[in-house]
Amino acid sequence: MEGKKIRILIAKPGLDGHDRGAKVVARALRDAGMEVIYTGLRQTPEQIVETAIQEDVDVIGLSILSGAHTHLFPKVMELLKENDIKDIIVMGGGVIPEEDIPELKKAGIAEIFTPGTDTRDIIKFIKEKVR
Amino acid sequence: MFDKEEMKKIKQLKNEWENNVVQKTLKRFPERKDKFVTGSGKKVERLYTPVDLEESDHNKDLNFPGQYPYTRGVQPTMYRGRFWTMRQYAGFGTAEESNKRYKYLLNQGQTGLSVAFDLPTQIGYDSDHTMSLGEVGKVGVAIDSLKDMEMLFDGISLDKVSTSMTINAPAPVLLAMYIAVAEKQGVAPDKLKGTIQNDVLKEYIARGTYIFPPAPSMRLITNIFEFCFKEMPLWNTISISGYHIREAGATAVQEVAFTLADGIAYVDAAIKIGLKVDDFAPRLSFFFNAHNDLLEEVAKFRAARRLWAKIMKERFGAKNEKSLMLRFHTQTAGCTLTAQQADNNIARVTIQALAAVLGGTQSLHTNSRDEALALPAEDSVRIALRTQQLLAYESGVTETVDPLAGSYYVETLTNEIEKQALEYIEKIDKIGGVTQAIEKGFIQQEIQNSAYQYQKDIEESKRIVVGVNKFKIKEGSPKGLLKVNPEVGRRQVEELKKLKEERDNHKVKENLKLLEKTAKTDANLMPLILDCVKSYATLGEICDILRSIFGEYKESVKL
Repeated sequence: MEGKKIRILIAKPGLDGHDRGAKVVARALRDAGMEVIYTGLRQTPEQIVETAIQEDVDVIGLSILSGAHTHLFPKVMELLKENDIKDIIVMGGGVIPEEDIPELKKAGIAEIFTPGTDTRDIIKFIKEKVR
Repeated sequence: MFDKEEMKKIKQLKNEWENNVVQKTLKRFPERKDKFVTGSGKKVERLYTPVDLEESDHNKDLNFPGQYPYTRGVQPTMYRGRFWTMRQYAGFGTAEESNKRYKYLLNQGQTGLSVAFDLPTQIGYDSDHTMSLGEVGKVGVAIDSLKDMEMLFDGISLDKVSTSMTINAPAPVLLAMYIAVAEKQGVAPDKLKGTIQNDVLKEYIARGTYIFPPAPSMRLITNIFEFCFKEMPLWNTISISGYHIREAGATAVQEVAFTLADGIAYVDAAIKIGLKVDDFAPRLSFFFNAHNDLLEEVAKFRAARRLWAKIMKERFGAKNEKSLMLRFHTQTAGCTLTAQQADNNIARVTIQALAAVLGGTQSLHTNSRDEALALPAEDSVRIALRTQQLLAYESGVTETVDPLAGSYYVETLTNEIEKQALEYIEKIDKIGGVTQAIEKGFIQQEIQNSAYQYQKDIEESKRIVVGVNKFKIKEGSPKGLLKVNPEVGRRQVEELKKLKEERDNHKVKENLKLLEKTAKTDANLMPLILDCVKSYATLGEICDILRSIFGEYKESVKL
C-alpha cells in the first residue's frame, strides 16, 4: 500500500525576489511524488507559519538570497514554537555563508542547502527525515 | 553572400567531405556526444560553411557599423574610439559606506557608477517598516530620504560621472532625489548623465521588486520618459532588462524575445499618452546578460540589435537613427557563479565579459568571484574590474569592429536567434501583448521550464559545471567574505526618526497631499515627486501615497 504523500511548503520570506531556486526545488519535489505548495514572494514569517498549519505540511522549505536569513529563518522557528508545533521539519536554501549555518541550526533549522546543491540530495534528506 | 555557382560547388564539396573524410574518421574516433548543443540547448552542427548563409545578404543583414540594422555595432568605430564604460554595480550598508566603495572604484579606474539599493528601498519601504526587518542595507544601500542620497554622492561631482541606478517601481522618487542632489551641487538636470532602470515589466516576470499594478506602473514609467525628454536630454530613461530574465533561467532566445517584447510594450504605452516615437526612443537603453557560451552570446547581442532596429523602423515607423539603435549594458551571469572552488569564477567571468565586448556592449559589469557566497569583498571587486581592463588593454579584441562577423557559425546563430525571438514576440502579440502574457503566466512558465531543464541537465551530467558535478575537491571554508554591519538597520531607523523631527513637517504634509490629489488625475507626477523629495519626505511616505491610490500588484504563480 502506498503511504501518505509528503506535504511540503516552499516559501519565500522577506522581500527577496529571486525565486528560480525555490521554483526549481518545488518542481523537483513534486516530480519526486510530494505534494508541494509554493507561497510566492514577500511572505512574512507569520504568513508562512499560518499557511503551514492550514495546509498541514510535514516540511517547510525557506529560500532567501538577500542575506535576511539571519533574521527571518529564526523568526519562523520562533513562531512555530509559539504555536507549539514540533513535528514540522524546516530547511533553508539560498546564498547563505557557511559561518551563519551553525547559528541557524541552533535555532532549529534542520538543514541548509547552498548553491550547487543537487535536488536529489534534498529529496533524499526529506524522505529520511519524514517517516 | 556567394554567387550561385560557387555555392553549388561548396555544397558538393561539403557532401563529399562528409561522406568520405568525416565518415572514415567517425569510424575510428566517435564523437564525444550524440548531440551537441549551445548553452541554451540549441543544436550545434559539426561544421558551418557558406551554405548556412545562403539566404544572407551582406548589405541588408550586416551592413556597416553605425548603420541600419546595426548588426555590427551602434557606432562606426566602436572601441577604437572609446572603450565601453566600466561600471561595477555596488552598494551596501549605509550611504556612507557605499560612498566609500564608489570612491574606491573610481580611484581604481572605473568610469561610471552603478548604484545597488537595498530591497526596502526597491520596494518603497522606509527602513523602519516591519517588512524591512532584516533587509536594511543587505543587497544594496539603504535610502530613506534625500539626506541619505546627499551622503551617497558626497564628494562625487555629478557633472563628471555617469550614474546608473537599479531602481524600478519607485524610480521617479530616486530620480527626483538624484536631481535634487545635483541641484545642491550646482549641476542642472540637463547636464546629468546616467540611466534609471525603470523597467517594471521584468519585475513581474523575473525580479520581483514590483509595487503597483501594471497600468499605474506604466504611467509612472512614461511620466519619466516625458519629463526627461524636456529636462534631461542626456539621461537614459529606462534600461529594458533581459538580465534578470536570463538569471531566472531563460535561454538566450527567450532573453532577447521577452526583453524586446517588454520594449514594445513601453513604446506602445508612450505613444498612447501622446509622445512621439522619435522624441523618447533615442533615450531607451537595454541591459543584457553575458552567459557562458561565448559564441552564442555574441550572436545574441548582434541578433538583439538587428531585431530591435527592425521593430522600431517597421512596427513603429521611427525615423531618427538614434531611435533604431539598441544600446546596452551587460552584466556577466551571476547564476553561473559557483560556491564551489570560487576562484574558478574569475575564468567564467572573463569568458562572459569577452562575449559582451565581442558583442559590442556600451557598458559592462563583471561579477566578482565570491558572489555565490556573499556580497563581493573589495579584493574580489578589484579583480573583476581588472578583468575588464585586461580585455580592454591587453586582449586585442578591441582593435577592430565586430571581429567575429563573417564567421559562418556566429552569423548562423545570429540569424537563428533573431528568427526564434521574433516567433516568440509574435506569439506574445497573439496573446494580447506582454502584460496579458504575464498575467496569464505564459512568460514565467516558459522561463521556469528552461530553468528546470537546466538543473536536470546538470544533475544528469548532460551539462558539466566544473567543480560542481565534475572535478570536485574537498575545500575549507571561504575566507575574507564581506559582512554587512548588522547595526545598519538600527542606525537607519534612528536617522529616520531624527529627520522627521528636524524637517518642516507642515511642508511635507502639503506636498504629499498635492501628490495624492494629482495622482488621481492623468498629470505627470515627476514635478510633484521632486517637490516632495526636496522637502525631505521619505521614500516610504511618497510610495504609501501612491499605494493608496494605485493599489498593489499581486503575483499569481503557476508552477
